[in-house]
Amino acid sequence: MKYLKLLITFVLTIGIFFVLNTKLGSIPPIGKFLNPYSGVWQNETDESIFGDIKLPNLREKVTVHYDEQLIPHVFAKSEVDLYKAQGYLTAKHRLWQMEFQTYAAAGRLSEIIGEDALNYDRQERRRGMGFGAEKAVEAMKDDPETMSYIQAYADGVNSYINQLDPKNYPVEYKLLDYKPEPWTIDKTALLLMYMTKMLAGGDSDMQYTNALRLFGKERFDLLFPDFFDITDPIIPKDTDWSYIDVPQTPNPNSQIVLDSIAEVIDRPNPDNGSNNWAISGSKSYSGNAILANDPHLGLNLPSIWFVMQLSTPLQNVFGATIPGALGVISGFNTHISWGETNATRDVIDWYKIEFNNDGTKYKYDGKWQDVTYRIEDIKIKGKKNYKDTIRFTHHGPVVYDKNFKSENEKVGYAMRWVGHIGGNNQKTFLDLNKSKNYEDYVTAISHYTAPAQNFVFASTDGDIALWIQGKLPNKWEGQGKFIMDGSNPDNDWQGFIPQQFNAHVKNPERGFVSSANQHPVDESYPYYVFNDGYETYRNRVINNFFNSKAQFSIEDFKDLHNNNYNLKAAELVPHMLEQMDVSDLTDEEENLYNEIKDWQFNNDIHEVGPSIFRQWYANLYDMLWDEFDIENTVLDKPFNYQTVFLLKNKGDDAFMDIQNTPETETAKDLFLLSFKKAVKRLVDIEKENGNYNWLTYKATYAGHLLQALPAFSRFNIPIGGDKSIVNATSENHGPSWRMIVEMTSPPTALGIYPGGQSGNPGSKYYDNFIDDWATGKYHKLNFLQSSSPTEAIISTQTLNP
Amino acid sequence: MNKTIINFIVTIILAYILSMFMPWWSVMTAALATSLFIPLQKVAVFFVPFLAILLFWSIYCFVLSSGNDYTLANRIAVLFPLSGNPYLLIVVTGVIGGLAAGITAMFGKQLSLALKKN
Repeated sequence: MKYLKLLITFVLTIGIFFVLNTKLGSIPPIGKFLNPYSGVWQNETDESIFGDIKLPNLREKVTVHYDEQLIPHVFAKSEVDLYKAQGYLTAKHRLWQMEFQTYAAAGRLSEIIGEDALNYDRQERRRGMGFGAEKAVEAMKDDPETMSYIQAYADGVNSYINQLDPKNYPVEYKLLDYKPEPWTIDKTALLLMYMTKMLAGGDSDMQYTNALRLFGKERFDLLFPDFFDITDPIIPKDTDWSYIDVPQTPNPNSQIVLDSIAEVIDRPNPDNGSNNWAISGSKSYSGNAILANDPHLGLNLPSIWFVMQLSTPLQNVFGATIPGALGVISGFNTHISWGETNATRDVIDWYKIEFNNDGTKYKYDGKWQDVTYRIEDIKIKGKKNYKDTIRFTHHGPVVYDKNFKSENEKVGYAMRWVGHIGGNNQKTFLDLNKSKNYEDYVTAISHYTAPAQNFVFASTDGDIALWIQGKLPNKWEGQGKFIMDGSNPDNDWQGFIPQQFNAHVKNPERGFVSSANQHPVDESYPYYVFNDGYETYRNRVINNFFNSKAQFSIEDFKDLHNNNYNLKAAELVPHMLEQMDVSDLTDEEENLYNEIKDWQFNNDIHEVGPSIFRQWYANLYDMLWDEFDIENTVLDKPFNYQTVFLLKNKGDDAFMDIQNTPETETAKDLFLLSFKKAVKRLVDIEKENGNYNWLTYKATYAGHLLQALPAFSRFNIPIGGDKSIVNATSENHGPSWRMIVEMTSPPTALGIYPGGQSGNPGSKYYDNFIDDWATGKYHKLNFLQSSSPTEAIISTQTLNP
Repeated sequence: MNKTIINFIVTIILAYILSMFMPWWSVMTAALATSLFIPLQKVAVFFVPFLAILLFWSIYCFVLSSGNDYTLANRIAVLFPLSGNPYLLIVVTGVIGGLAAGITAMFGKQLSLALKKN
């Protein structure tokens, strides 16, 4: 009996130990996770920002002042020390995030999360993320100076990791039960690839090929024109291109490959974009140039940005950094300011590959060429590794083949991507941080490869400029819009647009430069550019604003950042209201009809107009493009601008018909049908949530990087705007950093982002900017001119060798 | 002082000392030790170490969390979910530690009986 009791209590003891010490499904190991001396309770604190810290291998001491926003102002004596300190401080505030993003980039999430992430990991590896990062490291190796800084940054991160007691690991490590690994140069390269994927990782070749096959060339061109009927490009229309003396690649008139493709890899959010603009002294209230930037990205916590001041005797720079990358990405120094918007261009092309019988060779120029192999060994938490063999052609990785999203043994599709070329993109930012004038800026960006960006510029000298910079293939007319035959050498990229011929503008007569992801140029630019999902609304609102009066103040800049004018609605709603047959509306429908009729097209939070429009347009869009709902065929529906254009100008087109009704609908019928459907849904929303004003309807949130884990996210953020609006805040996407810099000497700047400087959900600095950001407020950026603290500084920490 | 109180106090002190260099299961080790060297009877075998560790962990959590406005506790109480109530999370934490200690003490008691009678 007593041995039985002994046995039972022994089993119970082992049992409770096991249960509390093991991660079970998504439940963390409860004992490890909750105990007060090494579990999450230890994270219930702000970061320490006082005292002296030992940072091995520093050359000299580094002073770090914190202001009340927890922005570190770093004063180092050398660049090596500066980047070591940047790595150390970024890790101190954002370790989990910076590491997690590199796992996501490399296709290593299965190591942390388990088998659920395997398909994601395979996809990222087949996309060539690791391959591209390796190429980038090769390119960076040609520049020992850059390499030494990236190594210093890595050393800084590792010093932090080595000092870190496991009880102080960020919460997410405890939640997922793993620990940080050493930081390496490769991780910085992977982080840069992550950005390249986010901003230049999308294309529509497969979708367009399917549409071309289904609808024919004439209909395709109607739906997807290279240029819309109006353009307000980044580089003004009247630009003289006669200095360009390298012609566009001549069209070889290759045969089009009309394959049918069922499924493709994930594409980045098409709303990833941004606004930037700068006005010259003549348009500025003070005579100083003023610059603004607001990159539109997913609204995540911890935020993608970490703000810092980075100072050495040779540079003093301030702005938004990206954890994992060196230097300031969007910011200003003593002499210049700069910011980026995404300059999307079709930099991904797909080639149909014909394999020999055993799949070891592929056809090219009438001969069989050997494929090369890359074996991806994917570690999976709690399971055996998964090995994926990826075949490479000279075009790039064969992403789709019999092992991945395709069944044909002898056919594959290879990807040619500018992201695989490699390039020292880090150097551009390091050099921008030090630039003193327009010439320095042009030199700094000249070796920038991808993701192509619209680099806006303003200087204390009074210059403003904007270069569209990236390595961009010089394509023949139509090249890469559809899948190409990979065996025909004419279809290869024949070269790149020479860097000096990338479109740019300096000190234009109109007194301002701007970009909002619209068409970079108009048809007169001598190289082939077609619509790569260009924005058509924000740019016009911005340019109209700057054409509307003679001079602009900082207040005007703030107003424009927070401008909620819905140009798309303004161009469509009056037409729909006028055309729609209202004779048989129910009382309910009439109410909503009157509500949207009264709307002045501002997407403010207390309006109901934006909600009615959004719901109405979404239903209309789906009814109109029902021809695109075909199983096992990937298709892109036409862009909003062309949709509105067709609704207004070709209301009788056959596309207007809803296919599964006996009647033949026109645009006018669709307006009514979609309106009735929208009313129904909005009434339901009112029943569920009490109202359908824009605040409730949109319910903007900033989601934690782990699938918006509610505990670490912020919901129902009261901010207006939407996609295609200058304040581009939709549900989970929007202005991820807002900056305004006036080029006084030294520059005076404002900035804010929807997050906080700390990555720790237990810190009050985790999300403390969100409320101010939502109401359109800014924080003054305290640009220290020397290492002595000012009254803005709340604490000082010294890093000692 | 009676044995109950001694066991209670020694369990807390031992758990505190061991926690400085052992993982979370130091509370199990502490309870095992006191159950062997300061034996109790009947329900006290379980409840004394249970309450000792419940108190120790809860107070420790309370001190850490109240000093930071319960910022993280509020969030973790959404994660589990405990309707966002940080005090409930503190109690749950204490109960978990207490359970581990109490069960181990029951085993310790049986072990001491088995050892003694041989």
